[in-house]
Amino acid sequence: MFNFVLRRLGIAIPTMLLLIIFSFIMMHAAPGGPFNSERPLPPQVLANIEARYGLDKPLPVQMFDYVVAIVTQFDFGPSFRYADRSVNDIIALGFPVTLTYGLWSFVVAVTVGVSLGVAAAVYHNSWLDYLAVGVSIGAQVLPNFVMAPILVLVFTLWLGLLPGGGWNGGQWNHVIMPVIALSTSYMANIARITRSSMLEVLHSNFIRTARAKGLPQRRIIWTHALKPSLLPVISYLGPAFVGMITGSVVVDVYFSTGGIGQLFVNSALTRDYSVMMGITILFGALTIFFNMVVDVLYAWIDPKIRL
Amino acid sequence: MFANTKKVEEFAENMASVDTVKGRSLWQDAMGRFLKNKAAVTSVILLGLILLFSFVGPYFAQWTNEEIDWSTLGAVAEKGRPSIESGHYFGTDDLGRDLYSRVIQGTQVSLMVGVVGALIAVIVGTLYGAIAGYFGGRVDSVMMRAVDILMAIPYMFILILLLVVFGRSIIMLFVGIGLVSWLSMARIVRGQTLTIKNKEFVEAAIATGVPSFIIILRHIVPNLLGVVVVYATLLVPEMILTESFISFLGLGVQEPNTSWGALISDGAGTIQYGTLWQLLFPLFFFVVSLFSFYFIGDGLRDALDPKDR
Repeated sequence: MFNFVLRRLGIAIPTMLLLIIFSFIMMHAAPGGPFNSERPLPPQVLANIEARYGLDKPLPVQMFDYVVAIVTQFDFGPSFRYADRSVNDIIALGFPVTLTYGLWSFVVAVTVGVSLGVAAAVYHNSWLDYLAVGVSIGAQVLPNFVMAPILVLVFTLWLGLLPGGGWNGGQWNHVIMPVIALSTSYMANIARITRSSMLEVLHSNFIRTARAKGLPQRRIIWTHALKPSLLPVISYLGPAFVGMITGSVVVDVYFSTGGIGQLFVNSALTRDYSVMMGITILFGALTIFFNMVVDVLYAWIDPKIRL
Repeated sequence: MFANTKKVEEFAENMASVDTVKGRSLWQDAMGRFLKNKAAVTSVILLGLILLFSFVGPYFAQWTNEEIDWSTLGAVAEKGRPSIESGHYFGTDDLGRDLYSRVIQGTQVSLMVGVVGALIAVIVGTLYGAIAGYFGGRVDSVMMRAVDILMAIPYMFILILLLVVFGRSIIMLFVGIGLVSWLSMARIVRGQTLTIKNKEFVEAAIATGVPSFIIILRHIVPNLLGVVVVYATLLVPEMILTESFISFLGLGVQEPNTSWGALISDGAGTIQYGTLWQLLFPLFFFVVSLFSFYFIGDGLRDALDPKDR
C-alpha cells in the first residue's frame, strides 16, 4: 500500500511541475509584456517596474522563483491587470463561491446518482428502471451549458420561482440552479454506472448464496451487493471531479455567481495572464490531488489494483 | 431404382446451388447486426439529413449569415419571428441576422470540428497506442506514463490558455483539441494491441523476418479497426461538446463564423426578451446530432464487439 502511494506520488509531482512550467512558458510566449500600454512608458521607468516584478532576470531564474514562491508560500504573484491586487486576492474572492456550489453539486451527483442506479437495478425492468435509463441517456446530450439556460427559462422566466443569477452571499435560492446545472450530467452518468454494475453483482454467485440462505432483501442489497458495485463509481469520481471543475466556469459565467470560473474567463478576455496561470495551476493541483486520492481509495478497497 | 436416381439428381442440383452461396466476412456480419438495431439506423438517417441540410440548405436561404435585416432592428421579438414571408425561416438573432443561415454555418463548423478532432485522435492515438503496446517494456511504460501525466491535467484550462495566448482561430482550436483528444484512444488501442501481439499470425510475421513497423501497420492496426471505429464515433460528440463549451464561453470560433455552442450561447443570453427560437433551433440540431452519434456508437459497439454476442 505504501509503495502504491509512493508510486502514485511519482506521477503526481512531475505532472504538477509540468503544468507549472507549461503555463509559465505559455505566459512568456504571449506577445507583448505586461506593462506595454498604448502610451509607452519612458525606458527608465519601464526598467524600474520590471525590476520591481523581477522581470529583468533571465527566464529560467524567473521560472525558478515562480515555482519556489508557489511551493513555499502559496504565492502566485501580482495581477497584471489590477496593480493593487495579487493573484491570491483575486482567487480568494471567488474560491468560497466555487467551493460552496461545487461541493453541493458533488454531493447531489453522488447521492442521487447512486440511489437512482441502485433503485433501477433492484427494480429491473420497472418504470423506475426505464426512468433512470431515460434520464441517463437524456443527460448525455444535456451538458451544463444547455441545462443552465433551460433551467433559467423554466424556473425564472416561466414559473418565476428562482432568481436567474447572482450569488447574494450564497442564499439557498441562488445556489439551487447552479447546483442542478452542474450536477445533472454527472448524476446521470453515476446512475448509469451504478445500475449496470449493480445488475452484474446481483446476478453473481455470492448473491445467489445470500438469497439461498434466506437473507432479507434489504440486507442483501445494502451489505452484500452495494460495496462491490460501487467500485466502478469510485473510478468515475476522478473524471467527474475534473468535469465539475471545468463546468463551474460555465455556471459562473451564465449565472454570474462570481466564482473562480468567472474570474478565469474575465482574465482570459482581458489577457490577465498571471491570474489565468494562477487559476490553471490551482485547479490543476486540485485535480491531480483528487485523482490521487481516488486512486488510493480504489486501491485500498480493491487490492487487485495494487500490483 | 428410378426414384433413387431422381433423388440423386436433385441432391446434385442442390449441391450445385449450395456452392453459389458466398461466405460472409466479419464486417458483413457486423453490418447485418448494425442494420437490425433500429435506434442506430434511425440515427444514421437523422445524421444524414442534418448533413444534407448543412450542404443543401444554403441554396434555399434568402439571407446570408452576415447580412443584417435592418427592418427587424429594435423589434426582433415581433419582426424577427420565424416566418416564410420574411425569408427568415428560423427567425433572426438579436442583431437581425438570419438564423437559418447561421444555424447552417454553425452546423458545418461544429461537425467539422468533431470529425477533424476524432480523425486526429484516430491517427495519432492508434499509432501511439499500437507502438507502445507492441514494443512493450520500457518503451511502453515511458509512453504510457506520458499519457497518464497529460490526462491528469485539466485540459480545458490549458486549451483556453492556448486560445488566448495564440489568438482565437479555428486552426488553433483544432490544434488544442488535437493535443488532448488522442490520449484515451491511445490507452484503448494499447490494451487491445497487448492481446493481439501474442497471436500466431504476429509470431509468424516475426518468424519470417517482417520488420516491426510493417507488422504494426499491416498486421496489428487492421485488427484494431473495430475498436477504433467504435471509439471514434463516440469521440465525435465529445469533440463537438468541447468546442461548444469553449464557444459558449465566447472563447471559441470568432464572428462572423459561428458554431452550435456560440449559437446556443447567443440564444441563452437573450431568452428574457422572448426570442425563444434563438435558443431552440440551434439546440435542436445540437441535441439531435449528439443523440445520433451516441446511438450510432452504441450500435457499432454491439455490432463489432464479439464479447457481447
